[in-house]
Amino acid sequence: MDANRTLTPVLDLRHLRLELDGRSILDDVSLAVRDGEHLAIVGPNGAGKTCLLKCVNRILRGWRGMISVQGVSIAAYSQRELGRLVAYVPQVGGQPAPFTARETVLMARYPHLTPFAAPGLRDQRYVEDALALTGIGALADRTMDTLSGGERQKVFLAAALAQDARLLLLDEPTTFLDPRHRDDFRRVLRTVNRRKGVTVVEVTHDLNCAVLDADRIFALKDGRAAFCGPPDQFMVRDVIYRVFDRAFLTVNHPTTGQPVILPEVGGP
Amino acid sequence: MRRITILGLTVLVTAAVLVTAPLLGLETIDPRHVAGGADAGPEARIFWSLRVPRVMLGFLAGAALSVGGLTFQALFRNVLATPYTLGVSSGAALGATLAIRVGAVFSVLGIPAVSLAAFAGALLAVALVYGLARARQGCSANIMLLAGVAVNFSFASLILLIHYTSDAAASFNILRWLMGRLDTVGPDEALRLLPLVAVGGFVALALHRELNLMSVDEELAVSRGVDADRYRVILFITTSVMIGGVVAACGPIGFVGMMVPHVCRLLIGPDHRWLGPMSLLAGGAFLVACDVLARMLAAPAELPVGVLTSLLGGPFFLWLLVGRRGGAACA
Repeated sequence: MDANRTLTPVLDLRHLRLELDGRSILDDVSLAVRDGEHLAIVGPNGAGKTCLLKCVNRILRGWRGMISVQGVSIAAYSQRELGRLVAYVPQVGGQPAPFTARETVLMARYPHLTPFAAPGLRDQRYVEDALALTGIGALADRTMDTLSGGERQKVFLAAALAQDARLLLLDEPTTFLDPRHRDDFRRVLRTVNRRKGVTVVEVTHDLNCAVLDADRIFALKDGRAAFCGPPDQFMVRDVIYRVFDRAFLTVNHPTTGQPVILPEVGGP
Repeated sequence: MRRITILGLTVLVTAAVLVTAPLLGLETIDPRHVAGGADAGPEARIFWSLRVPRVMLGFLAGAALSVGGLTFQALFRNVLATPYTLGVSSGAALGATLAIRVGAVFSVLGIPAVSLAAFAGALLAVALVYGLARARQGCSANIMLLAGVAVNFSFASLILLIHYTSDAAASFNILRWLMGRLDTVGPDEALRLLPLVAVGGFVALALHRELNLMSVDEELAVSRGVDADRYRVILFITTSVMIGGVVAACGPIGFVGMMVPHVCRLLIGPDHRWLGPMSLLAGGAFLVACDVLARMLAAPAELPVGVLTSLLGGPFFLWLLVGRRGGAACA
């Protein structure tokens, strides 16, 4: 079992191509994600990061190439089966629905429920565990449209956790969060990754968090892979320049010694 | 109040409406006179062969319109979306208007030509809207709504044109059809409608989890394991056929499909597991109650029930739009 886990990537993309309205979005992207890994996908706006995630959970169709999850092509899964293997936290946005936080999390148990049977004790336990782990138990009975953006994002994380999938995809989960909510969110993510062995694939613009948390960085630029490797090899002037067409000022983190990026000072 | 209590109350109110409605009308009927069946006298005949079938038809039509509206509001994540918005009623109206104009009098299996033409028109309009939206890839909810609005406008002017070229008798019949009606002789129309409403209602109620997820966010629903494309097509077809049948039988009765689900949502919350059954019952009871009012308000004349539902629905909808706190409840 263990040998199997290390050999078969939990997510395997090979020569992935995607065109939307005749425009090339992803161009020959290959990527293998190990079981239990935390991978950060970075790159400029419009590089195809979000589309890559959406191909994996079949929100987007019509791609070419191969995507397999746990060694099986995703074409062989029903959507419900895929929902048991891959969970997703979307970008912040959209009209918040009038469901309560607990209802929202419970709805994520969908792929595990049998039609016509009400959610059981087991499902309730997953919901309560996810609410507790994300620290939103006190908000559970508030409706989503009364929560702040940061709280709502924690509910979506709790929902993805209650979905109980081995692979968790996140699309810029912390972009609009204040520093406290962001750190809370990242702590939960580290916990599920390290303690529960959930594989995390996260699209982010926060390069500092990416290098501090992730095991590996994958950079996309214009729909093509521009870098794939460990964080310390990513925070190198040439690599950053290749991905973003810009060099950034870096300093070493006082605790870990890793280089992190500082915002630009002054200028015209 | 707990949801089970609210649904229980809805069941009680619906039962009360269904029991009392056939007794009320121009002449109030004493329940003791109808116990012996339709042959027990003139009152019993009116009760069993006119009023009970009429209440059955009204309940089925109201239930279908309400559940159909609820389903489309969830599928399109839009408070204004109902099967009518997507052309079902204008398609049916065009079919019926044409049939009345050319004086089609034949019937197939007891179904009159006007109803057949209306049913065909309804399905044609929906297929047209679906095809138009499908022609652009993606088939997004907004494109379908816009296509529906455009089809509604074109059909409305065609109906006006046909109406304009009709003689006085056909013209009156067209106008009367467009107002919506529930007057029926015998149970045939209700029985014909029953399978369509049973299937459409069952599918919408059974897919409550899918509707919940899709009403929040379709991409998120897909990521949770909902085969959204498949369920959207299933719900779209069963609902359209069901509503096409209703409009063919009763004409375009307005606002039930839009406002009853909204009222129910305000009372019982957004969970379709509860909202579906409540909308079904409340829609049926509401239309039956409106029909009783329509028969009694201007007695001995009878108001067209479609006029009454829209008359109540219009102001209600405005209240919903501007009166409720920021319209949050509409979402």
